[in-house]
Amino acid sequence: MRYLPLTPADRASMLETIGAATVDDLFIDVPAEARLAGPIEGLPAHASEMAVERHMSALAAKNLSAGAAPFFLGAGAYRHHVPASVDHLIQRGEFLTAYTPYQPEIAQGTLQVLFEFQTQVARLFGTDIANASMYDGSTACWEAILMAARITRKGRSVLSGGLHPHYGEVVRTMAKFTKDDIVSLAPELTADPDDAAVIAAIDATTSCVVVQYPDVMGRIPDLAAISEAAHAVGALVIAVITEPVALGLIEAPGMLGADIVVGEGQSLGVGLQFGGPYLGLFGCREKFVRQMPGRLCGQTVDAEGKRGFVLTLSTREQHIRREKATSNICTNSGLCALAFSIHLTLLGGEGLARLAAVNHARAQQTFERLAKVPGVTILNTAYFNEATVILPRDAREVVRELADRQVLGGVSLGRLFPVADGLHNGLLVAATETTTDEDIEAFATALEAVLAGASA
Amino acid sequence: MTRYFSEDHEWIEVEGDLGTVGITDYAQGQLGDITFVEVPAEGASVSKGDSVSVVDSVKAASDVYTPVSGTIAAVNEALADQPELVNTEAETGGWLFRVTLSDAAELGTLMDEAAYKSYVDSL
Amino acid sequence: MNAPNASGWRPSMGEAGEAKFATSSGDYGLMLEEALSFELGSADKCGVDIDEPSRAPAAGLSKFLRKSTPALPGLTEPETVRHYTRLSRQNYAIDLGPFPLGSCTMKHNPRLNEKMARLPGFADVHPMQPQTTVQGALEVIEQLADWLITLTGMASVAMSPKAGAHGELCGLLCIRAALDARGETRDVVLVPESAHGTNPATAAFAGFKVESIPATPAGRVDVAALKAKLGPNVAGVMITNPNTCGLFEPDMREIADAVHAAGGYVYCDGANFNAIVGKVRPGDLGVDAMHINLHKTFSTPHGGGGPGAGPVVLSEALAPFAPLPFVTRGADGSIHLVEEENAAEGHAQAFGRMVAFHGQMGMFTRALTYILSHGADGLRTVAEDAVLNANYVLRSCEDLLPAPFADSGPCMHEALFSDAGLAEGFSTLDIAKGLIDEGFHPMTVYFPLVVKGAMLVEPTETESKAGLDRFIASLRSLAERAKAGDESLHSAPHFAPRRRLDETLAARKPVLVWQGEPGIPGTPSLSEIGGS
Repeated sequence: MRYLPLTPADRASMLETIGAATVDDLFIDVPAEARLAGPIEGLPAHASEMAVERHMSALAAKNLSAGAAPFFLGAGAYRHHVPASVDHLIQRGEFLTAYTPYQPEIAQGTLQVLFEFQTQVARLFGTDIANASMYDGSTACWEAILMAARITRKGRSVLSGGLHPHYGEVVRTMAKFTKDDIVSLAPELTADPDDAAVIAAIDATTSCVVVQYPDVMGRIPDLAAISEAAHAVGALVIAVITEPVALGLIEAPGMLGADIVVGEGQSLGVGLQFGGPYLGLFGCREKFVRQMPGRLCGQTVDAEGKRGFVLTLSTREQHIRREKATSNICTNSGLCALAFSIHLTLLGGEGLARLAAVNHARAQQTFERLAKVPGVTILNTAYFNEATVILPRDAREVVRELADRQVLGGVSLGRLFPVADGLHNGLLVAATETTTDEDIEAFATALEAVLAGASA
Repeated sequence: MTRYFSEDHEWIEVEGDLGTVGITDYAQGQLGDITFVEVPAEGASVSKGDSVSVVDSVKAASDVYTPVSGTIAAVNEALADQPELVNTEAETGGWLFRVTLSDAAELGTLMDEAAYKSYVDSL
Repeated sequence: MNAPNASGWRPSMGEAGEAKFATSSGDYGLMLEEALSFELGSADKCGVDIDEPSRAPAAGLSKFLRKSTPALPGLTEPETVRHYTRLSRQNYAIDLGPFPLGSCTMKHNPRLNEKMARLPGFADVHPMQPQTTVQGALEVIEQLADWLITLTGMASVAMSPKAGAHGELCGLLCIRAALDARGETRDVVLVPESAHGTNPATAAFAGFKVESIPATPAGRVDVAALKAKLGPNVAGVMITNPNTCGLFEPDMREIADAVHAAGGYVYCDGANFNAIVGKVRPGDLGVDAMHINLHKTFSTPHGGGGPGAGPVVLSEALAPFAPLPFVTRGADGSIHLVEEENAAEGHAQAFGRMVAFHGQMGMFTRALTYILSHGADGLRTVAEDAVLNANYVLRSCEDLLPAPFADSGPCMHEALFSDAGLAEGFSTLDIAKGLIDEGFHPMTVYFPLVVKGAMLVEPTETESKAGLDRFIASLRSLAERAKAGDESLHSAPHFAPRRRLDETLAARKPVLVWQGEPGIPGTPSLSEIGGS
């Protein structure tokens, strides 16, 4: 077998060294009745590279990939162009096949990347510091709520109705077990986000408010006003970013008073991948560093005085703190963080700003055109690259009918919020730099046909 | 002033009803370089044996138990910037907190310096 | 004859042991130093060509606009490629040599996995596309789920957890949900003292109190002590099998039966599944839940610390509580996701959701590719060779390094040594750092905690005999040097990109982001870029 270097002669000679007659003698601690006599029946045997490639390619071919159709989905995962050098560099074996950098003398490559990544995230978010990444945006969001509770010693968290419903579900699921008090505001189809409702829900027992920016319907909350109201009663503001490219154009949450900023970093460098692996971004004020979850890389010097980097403050983590750890998260999302960091290094601040401007311009073009489709209106007063389109009927059906026409036309609010009333005619539509004039026209034309009741 | 020691390697020096608490020189030697000290909140009411403080070294986080019950009267602010004081001056400038004793009788359960020394020698 | 060597080329090598001198660049041949991207880049550089935007920002956006461009220096593509390539050379990796970290299963990462994960039909698919357009992606999840269920002999699998610890949490939350459904409030989880630190952390996170079970002198769970703790308050046990001492728990079935009889559940930490895949099914041993680290047993890359993937296989008793989403196949043969939208139809007991979207799809693709490559027969050989390699290391070194449990029989996939018997002042750390100078990655050190100065060596099945012989020779040489009191070990490594790093300084005064150098243009201070 191509992945197994031992030859039959090797095995025989090694068994002799060990003093065992057969390899099965090494499994004598497994009770005989549980030991399998041979390969598990009903499963296929080994296959050549060619055969496996054929099998997997056939499965891949059953999917309609984003690049093969006019594509307008977002809702927390965005299709951006990833420069070829990003994917080349992350496949360097020294990055791809290294472990968590526990031996810093021979892991400076990974460690320096993490230090650069932390600096990039902090500067993007406008926070003092950032960690070395988390599983994804949704788990980072829950970790931020736990961190706020540790800092404020209060347990009531207010979730804006504009929070991605999967993030909200993760929070509510975990809180059910930890007994944290979560107040979830209802999502509503309004032109502006629910800032007033969020502010009204803050009271003296509130640990934190969780506000997505831009929110799941593409609207942009007034973080400064929310921060002022929260800070007045000692509550923290957690800003959630699901589209980091937006921060090339709109103000960084840390500059608007957010105390903790978390997000999903998939947009930069990572690609869609049917939902994972992605990477959670996590930044906050420096004074909270000891309460922070996740791996942290810090600068230090070696025995010869050279600058170097190590994982640090690990006493917060579960492999040391055991039941007193600050977080359940054990690993970070290292390779995705590397991809994010390379992409952001290629862009630089100016490039990110220009990329964001192009995204916004493409979105404006898209919504200008969609607004001309009979029966269609645009909900948002303001948006970055994603907004909510109101259709004359349930958007779930429309999405399926668009797919029948080979158009991937957005995410229906009905799928995202199945139990919420009054949202089902809403369709989330996102455009990015990958969106072409032809895509926009094809989408609008197909939507016109679907709404007119034409058959595909 | 009298100094007492606990089996958990805390020392307490008592003057009137005020006790100053730290970890022993032996304990700091076992922990290695101290990197951070989490001190209790002033005014907190604590019971003998409560974990009230945490001393971090690079690879370990160790709980510090109060050897007496009472109210936290003061904490050593200098440790925020100089946690290494717990290494260099464990039984003087590296004190952790002061506690107003609520039950002086609890001191009777602690060791004196000689008893602590033989306790450490037995470890 | 012609004058020999008219070119001036010197056929002989320089004198051995020449003193190292300082080069002008700070680099030494292929030992390359690399500055931070923030020191190399500048605001006017960009490695991506981006069109001019076709429109100015909409009026509605004006009050939200950034006041200044993010303070992130850019690099052109050649500079970027060079920066990261130079950095990569400061890393050790499996591609360079053995990476024998015990309990981490650092095996070869087949490149076919990478190629398959990058097929546009997998890599360029949005998680919320209409399900009719992603049937192939759902089929990957279904096929991998079938393999994991069959290989473990369990009833179902929750695919969405993002990593091992997340899978542990998922398993314990299933147990909590099952107890809630029974109307019971059992709040204690029993964890052997040799457990991974994540086990007690996860149990506490899930709201359980942790009680520790001692180990026997033979390195196994003390079954009598465990049974004595069982009672109406015990929700379950968390057992790692094979355990962290590298040994199989022969009494697993007896433990499981006792726990079940007392009304509890059995969680198995599957981090060490590589030792037994295809040889024994955890389901046959009474396990109710076990996470599988796809990045260990099933060869998805560790990537310098993630991303991982931690699906959790579940018994009949726990299956109804698995979190959303998961895949099912309808009567018409189409596969669909069970999400919040349709969970009420037959899956009302799902305990909730652990992640946005559907889990680590990119890792599923890689793991399935690996599994299909090996097949049922190959996976069995994986376990056999992994165990053979570990026993070979154990028996080849035990005369020099004490192996605390060597007398209790063969080890599984990892060999455990201790530093007892080294010269005064020498310890596991010196052996580990010495291995770096020898060109190897060190083993796991000071774990498990039940052995003082532990060294846990997991070679995996992808090391050749010749490779193992080289590693063994180095380990033996280091043990001999440490026994002889060779002082040079204390300052090892001598030949790595960095010498020992000051971790105390890093932890006392954390510097977590680049602060910039005063006077370097384009590097604003922290106060200028925001924050408190």
